[in-house]
Amino acid sequence: MDNPLREIYQQVILDHNKSPQNFRVIENPTNYSEGFNPLCGDHIHIYMNIVDGKVEDISFQGNGCAISKSSASIMTTIIKGKSREDAEKYFQKFHDMVTGVETTPEEEESLGKLLVFQGVREFPARVKCASLAWHTMHSAIEGKETTISTE
Amino acid sequence: MNNKTKYDAIKIREDFPVLFQEVNGKPLVYLDNAATTQKPLSVIRKISEYYEKYNSNIHRGVHFLSQKATAEYENSREIVRRFINAKSTKEIIFLRGTTEGINLVANSFGKSNLKAGDEILISHMEHHSNIVPWQLLCEVTGAVLKVIPISDNGELDFDAYKNLLSERTKIVGIVHQSNTLGTENPVKAMAKLAHDAGAIIVVDGAQSIQHFAVDVQDLDCDFYAFSGHKLYGPTGTGVLFGKESLLSTMPPFQGGGDMIASVTFEKTIYNSLPYKFEAGTPNIEGVIALGAAIEYIEGIGLDNIYSYEKELYSYTAEKMSEYPEIKLIGSAPKKGGVFSFVIDNIHPHDIGTIFDLEGVAIRTGHLCTQPVMKRFNIPAVSRVSLGIYNTKEDIDRAAAVVKKVLEVFA
Ligand SMILES: Cc1ncc(COP(=O)(O)O)c(C=O)c1O
Repeated sequence: MDNPLREIYQQVILDHNKSPQNFRVIENPTNYSEGFNPLCGDHIHIYMNIVDGKVEDISFQGNGCAISKSSASIMTTIIKGKSREDAEKYFQKFHDMVTGVETTPEEEESLGKLLVFQGVREFPARVKCASLAWHTMHSAIEGKETTISTE
Repeated sequence: MNNKTKYDAIKIREDFPVLFQEVNGKPLVYLDNAATTQKPLSVIRKISEYYEKYNSNIHRGVHFLSQKATAEYENSREIVRRFINAKSTKEIIFLRGTTEGINLVANSFGKSNLKAGDEILISHMEHHSNIVPWQLLCEVTGAVLKVIPISDNGELDFDAYKNLLSERTKIVGIVHQSNTLGTENPVKAMAKLAHDAGAIIVVDGAQSIQHFAVDVQDLDCDFYAFSGHKLYGPTGTGVLFGKESLLSTMPPFQGGGDMIASVTFEKTIYNSLPYKFEAGTPNIEGVIALGAAIEYIEGIGLDNIYSYEKELYSYTAEKMSEYPEIKLIGSAPKKGGVFSFVIDNIHPHDIGTIFDLEGVAIRTGHLCTQPVMKRFNIPAVSRVSLGIYNTKEDIDRAAAVVKKVLEVFA
């Protein structure tokens, strides 16, 4: 198998694509947002229960490519149980990583399993796929009523 | 045309310099021709010739360069007229593309002829550019948009069309060949029925003009729009054919230079056809090179192109059918060289990236036909679309990538 292909489609990504985590609806969530990527038709819903500044539960639903689906799945596993502030910090760090903003080794270390998405920055057309779930979560936290579009 | 000579795609390829390059370390295969086509050397040379030898504004100068540019520009108009067999060059309007052509009809004809309660009839397989301009028109006039349904194989429901037509119908908008499904629509029969009902018919020819011969008089359509860039010509060029009897009664679409006969602050007299609809300095080199593109296509012969692409499409369908995972979207009996497909549990965007890594350019997404996606209950498709320079080897390369896709997502 070619390297660039494996660079982007890492096993972890393929696994989460096949069996996504927290792929469900939360009834009556405290926070919710919807995201679109008009370019490829990706459509995602992020549901959150934030209690006393802590993300008690987070889930997603929708339709998307392997990159966007696995990114949403891994995001939920990381954000669950974190404080609202930490969730926002992860959003920023993830965003910097996939858009190729210079990061220190410590920052990279702290990204943990999100590092599987580092290869995505070599594929400019796919950066939006990886970041759609994160942008949508960010807007759910901020409680904006508007729908998110990555175009 | 030269029906006797054997179609030689390898020789045609050689006229397209862009095809000779590597992408991601693999020789490029270009199978995104429905999005835009590549340009032959004759078109590229025509553009540089214009800038090297006679760049100047048209219809405005008495000097040599301006006369030469004007003559070349107007020569393209005659080439287009002959190409689609219009009666007169007055019926050929140069614009930016299909989209602008449809918008011109909606704004100029539509706003001056439609009123609340009138109906505009379009099909379920239209490109967004043959949907949104009509919606905008409905908003300002109170007219109602009606949709002709399509069947599961992507064919227009002709009986439904007949039933939807009524004395309320004022405009029928129809794509000649669908960019997503490949379906070729029976435009001539539709035009007859539309006229019987007292409506006009606007044909979106963006995906037909480069694949088979179009005769606007034979079709008896009122308007026919197409884009230069899908016809092996430059981007930013397009043609709207309109019957002179209609165009002459329609108000201008935009105001400015070139479209006037005389201007005073009290009253402006519009220029004659077709200039009334060509306000401002147009894409001069583009229109001139579009003429070269049409001459290039005529040199090969549209009948030859039609049969070659048909044969290549059959080969594509046969190759792809080797993978039971592939589900074809659009299998009308009468269809062109468009193979749109989905694979269960593999998103088209992932398929597109793997194709790209293998040097094969295809299109993925909703293809500007979201209602079609909804009709087939899919978020997006992957599309292989054929052009005059594609070969069976190109299709073999594409089929090999499908194998790879299935391996990665096994
Ligand atoms: C069927 C159809 N109609 C209209 C258009 C719009 O053409 P353009 O963008 O050149 O105006 C396209 C091309 O995208 C098309 O495929």
